[in-house]
Amino acid sequence: MSTQTAHATGAFVEDPDAPEYTVYGGDWSEVLDEAKRLGQQRIVVNMGPQHPSTHGVLRVMLEIEGETVTETRAGIGYLHTGIEKNMEFRTWTQGVTFCTRMDYVASMSQELVYCLGIEKLLGITDDIPERASILRVLMAELTRIGSHLVAVGTGGNELGATTIMTTAFIGREDTFRVIEAITGLRTNNAYIRPGGVAQGLPDNGIAMIREMIPLVRQRLDELIALQLKNPILQGRLKGVAELNLSACMALGITGPILRATGLPYDLRKSDPYCGYETYDFQVPTSTEQDAWSRMVLRMEECYESLKIVEQCADRLEQLGDGPVMVADKKIAWPAQLALGPDGQGNSLDHIRHIMGESMEALIHHFKLVTEGFDVPAGQVYQAIEGPKGLLGVHLVSDGGTKPWRAHFRDPGFNNLQALGIMCEGGQVADVVVAIASIDMVLGGVDR
Amino acid sequence: MQASAPEGRQPLTLINVREGLFGAKGDTSGFDRFVDRVQMPGAAERPYGEWFDGVVDILTELLGDAADEAIEYVVVDRGELTLYIAREHLLDVCRHLRDDQDLRFEMCLGVSGVHYPADTGRELHAVFPLQSITHNRRLRLEVAVADGDARMPSVTSVYPMNNWHERETWDFFGIVFEGHPSLARIEMPDDWVGHPQRKDYPLGGIPVEYKGAEIPSPDERRQYR
Repeated sequence: MSTQTAHATGAFVEDPDAPEYTVYGGDWSEVLDEAKRLGQQRIVVNMGPQHPSTHGVLRVMLEIEGETVTETRAGIGYLHTGIEKNMEFRTWTQGVTFCTRMDYVASMSQELVYCLGIEKLLGITDDIPERASILRVLMAELTRIGSHLVAVGTGGNELGATTIMTTAFIGREDTFRVIEAITGLRTNNAYIRPGGVAQGLPDNGIAMIREMIPLVRQRLDELIALQLKNPILQGRLKGVAELNLSACMALGITGPILRATGLPYDLRKSDPYCGYETYDFQVPTSTEQDAWSRMVLRMEECYESLKIVEQCADRLEQLGDGPVMVADKKIAWPAQLALGPDGQGNSLDHIRHIMGESMEALIHHFKLVTEGFDVPAGQVYQAIEGPKGLLGVHLVSDGGTKPWRAHFRDPGFNNLQALGIMCEGGQVADVVVAIASIDMVLGGVDR
Repeated sequence: MQASAPEGRQPLTLINVREGLFGAKGDTSGFDRFVDRVQMPGAAERPYGEWFDGVVDILTELLGDAADEAIEYVVVDRGELTLYIAREHLLDVCRHLRDDQDLRFEMCLGVSGVHYPADTGRELHAVFPLQSITHNRRLRLEVAVADGDARMPSVTSVYPMNNWHERETWDFFGIVFEGHPSLARIEMPDDWVGHPQRKDYPLGGIPVEYKGAEIPSPDERRQYR
């Protein structure tokens, strides 16, 4: 023990004689009394990595004095799956299926930022068909609603308010029904591809979107009615886990946490992509800078996202049918997807074409699908406004068909650094509130 | 500044030297003798365009005599500005970029390590994307160090938000950020040996049997280059 070097996940007390208490959520007062009797000065409680309130597998080490937290450290890495390393061994297109699994609650945000990065490397940003850009915006906003609903819902559930969770998840399910009808999958969609999207809208797509909007709005109204006047929720969230603007700037915090301090920083406005500058929406802010205001902001953002979804539906209806991939056949994925009796796959027309009509088309399909396309050497940084904050990707190409390096700046990874400053000096019970108000997903944090 | 690249070096990053078109050696196609030296886009000539000239001018002025040494070269590619910085001057450059009112890059969006084994003497690169909210600009600082001497100053004293990002880059690439408050592994277990994101570190995986054939792990497969 004494020869061990100090490291972040190590014991606070490097004293082999220090007594250890192993507690499984038993009677805390007994433990505290016993500790007091022994005259022990420091009590370190290990919360996680398996704990329902830590959004995956997060380990939090708390030093407590009675009910007060005096020191907090977060230990991450339990969900590290080497996605970035794996992406270096797959084609640029296959990378989409990997990065979508990072923050699995907001899958298509990663797909979007990754594909925008590749397109910048290829220099085809302006060639993306308008239809594809609208579908991307539609998906990004549905994802945002889903992510915020999970944040608010699980946040409520962690405080014992199960109805908030069930209501939020019903609303999220409504967005999933539309997402599934369009992409084929509820999450981990691999829908946004380099050059466009995997497929256009199904026949009843626009009608489905229009049917969904009032359903989700109704759930949001229900949640608002359930939450905003609830005295218990107010007591638990108001003035808890405060983080002011200067702390946000020092810790690089973005997203709802930053906007809750009054700074309306939203990349959809300041550095628009996919034509966001042409949509009509507001960026809600607050100056309360606590867990309550973050929750309210997330709800307000859902309403704004619904406004954008509505505009997307209008635009898609106006545009009618058309391409959803770049015209460049050297980059565009050759096949459209279609739903057959045995599940989703390449469309029958395409299969008929390559198998029965054109040898060249078969060769082209085979080359593009197995080998992929070359991306000119260089590096780019692309950032978008993810549901949880600034989501960035650093892509390096060596001119080949695979990324030389793909690094994601997950907003949760960065924002989780604020856990200590939010918790220290507060109550143990407020740690759960702080974690919920940061709203990170460990799949994205650990990648 | 372009002229001040280290002597005897092209001011370019050699990303990779590719031999052959496929993984296998000695194939009958003749393509196995194919050698391709892939390089990063080279140093840019003035004017750089957009706001890039202004930022480089102000930074040069603030750095004074050290400017030539600090800014190795400037690259403008795909509408993005990259400044290659000598590691001794990294902290000064960051401080100026953050504090000067005409630069004001308040946020560092982390650090991304990149391993270029072919780039002799500059194998490990650390890439710092900086974001200015005030001026709505983004630029990139890139610091290159040798594999045998993989050290550079930590920027956490200027950008505290880089704490975990630097730990991650140490964990995955083995770059030591000197002056970091607690440079411990963050994603891998504390007793892990090696730095997994480096190119000489294998991806791993096991061969999988499928319909009687054995499919090797992804990094062992015959693949396009």
